[in-house]
Amino acid sequence: MGVGALGQPIVEVADLTKRYKGAEANAVDGISFEVAAGELFVLLGPNGAGKTTTISILTTTLAPTAGTVRIAGYDVVAEASAVRRNVGIIFQKPSLDLNLTAEENVRFHAVLYGLYPFRPSYRLMPRSYRQQVEELADVLALRKEIFDPIRTYSGGMRRKLEIIRSLIHRPRVLFLDEPTVGLDPESRRNLWQYLRGVRAESGTTVFLTTHYLDEAEDADRICVINRGTIVALGSPAALRAELTRQHLEVDADDRLALRAELDRLGLPYEDGPPLRIELDGKRTHAVLRSIETPLTTVRIHAPSLEDAYLAIVGRSLDA
Amino acid sequence: MREVHAMLAIAHRDLLKFLRDRPRLITTLVFPFVIIAALGGSLDAAFGSSLGYNFIAFTMTGVFAQTLFQSSAMGVVSLIEDRQNDFSQEIFVSPISRYSIIFGKIAGESLVSLAQGVGILLFGFVLGIRPTPEQALLLVPVAVASCLFGGAFGIAVLGTVATQRAATQIFPFVMLPQYFLAGVFNPIDAMPPAMDVISHLTPMRYPVDLTRWAFYGGRPEYERVVLDSPLLNLSVMAVLFVLFLLIGTYLFVRAERNR
Repeated sequence: MGVGALGQPIVEVADLTKRYKGAEANAVDGISFEVAAGELFVLLGPNGAGKTTTISILTTTLAPTAGTVRIAGYDVVAEASAVRRNVGIIFQKPSLDLNLTAEENVRFHAVLYGLYPFRPSYRLMPRSYRQQVEELADVLALRKEIFDPIRTYSGGMRRKLEIIRSLIHRPRVLFLDEPTVGLDPESRRNLWQYLRGVRAESGTTVFLTTHYLDEAEDADRICVINRGTIVALGSPAALRAELTRQHLEVDADDRLALRAELDRLGLPYEDGPPLRIELDGKRTHAVLRSIETPLTTVRIHAPSLEDAYLAIVGRSLDA
Repeated sequence: MREVHAMLAIAHRDLLKFLRDRPRLITTLVFPFVIIAALGGSLDAAFGSSLGYNFIAFTMTGVFAQTLFQSSAMGVVSLIEDRQNDFSQEIFVSPISRYSIIFGKIAGESLVSLAQGVGILLFGFVLGIRPTPEQALLLVPVAVASCLFGGAFGIAVLGTVATQRAATQIFPFVMLPQYFLAGVFNPIDAMPPAMDVISHLTPMRYPVDLTRWAFYGGRPEYERVVLDSPLLNLSVMAVLFVLFLLIGTYLFVRAERNR
């Protein structure tokens, strides 16, 4: 199997460190991880955690201070050009040229990636290119506006156009650096729907940075970084399980009897009301069945990913 | 081939950007007119008769070369501005050579400058300063060389400054003295020896003098206006072009990645 075949690592990061000129601390401090082909991988962290630094190194626009990074089997320092051919990038700040029309932006990209020869106007471009643009315009529902200056586009439309543009050279990995910052909720949702469709269709590996937790819930795996180091790495469910524990909240009219019973059963609890029973991997149903005192309140508390995230970030801040 | 197409695409984009930016289009065309008419006109009235040649024509040829040189240089420096507007990220992550990016940029900004040069010549035409067909023909390669040379000078500046702010602050300091040392508006054939040495170290001197060689060839003022042989001017420009380009590109690409 070739490098990057399904399930094989397509992004390999080993002991990556970056210290900016004149900085006293490392922006990224010896991080290592792998991303499998086809994965949706989310790099999550608060502002200033080192997300953009990491993604800049992975996409060859910034040189690492130490460590190695391989994308699709190519080294980002020694084989930068091969890496660039294999990745698509959506930057934090939009990178469209506002002086050009949407089609001209797409054409510029296509020529830069060697997909088509340069021609000074749309009409002179090869038929295959024009067909591709028509298809893109259909996807964006922009039949006519595709020849309008980008200036007239909404923020959400610009983002979608950037994603489309970044996919026309069929990248193996699509990097998105906080793509929904500055978008209204509706545009955000639209963009996510669109991105899901793209993944379903093309199977492209997606590497995303965000500080929005709800955007990380969809991920195959989440890597939480803070102050340049990895503080947690795993599936959203695993992170939730690992970092926060479920507990049961119960109460009874005869609270005294309930306490006595819990003591007898050997179930550790925090006093309330309501009483808080740590589940510690025990099945909720089994615990409830073992309690005979009539209960007036039963609640299962399952912490959200946000609780987990804040716990992690808070913990590493305390450290 | 692919790199050539990429360079063409970058150059084309620069030209489109210029043509679609109305305020920039107007100011870049109007500014040289004002200089030639106001400065050249007043200097001609004051000194023209004692110098024995038309000062407006002298100023126009100077401004022609200066505009091509400076506009190309400034255009290339706009790569920093692009970087801050994040458009150039798109260029810098594409799989094309860094040299192609810079050559494409120089080519594009040269096209923009040439458009301005045509404007200046038309203005001169209206004022009655008209090159003969042979002179006009000679001016074409001279103008192209001046633009490319300016572009390379821009790369050298670009390699040594880090931000748009630094570039806009530094630019007047590297450009303004050159106006006078290169003799854009003022004759520099009788400068004190020390100034003469500095003038010879001024890059803009060479395209200005080369332009006057093309324009004044066969005219009675030739001896008094043109300073050096075209061969000397061209040789200096060629050597500096290569030096600026190599050093500037090296520094720029290094600074891009080693932040």
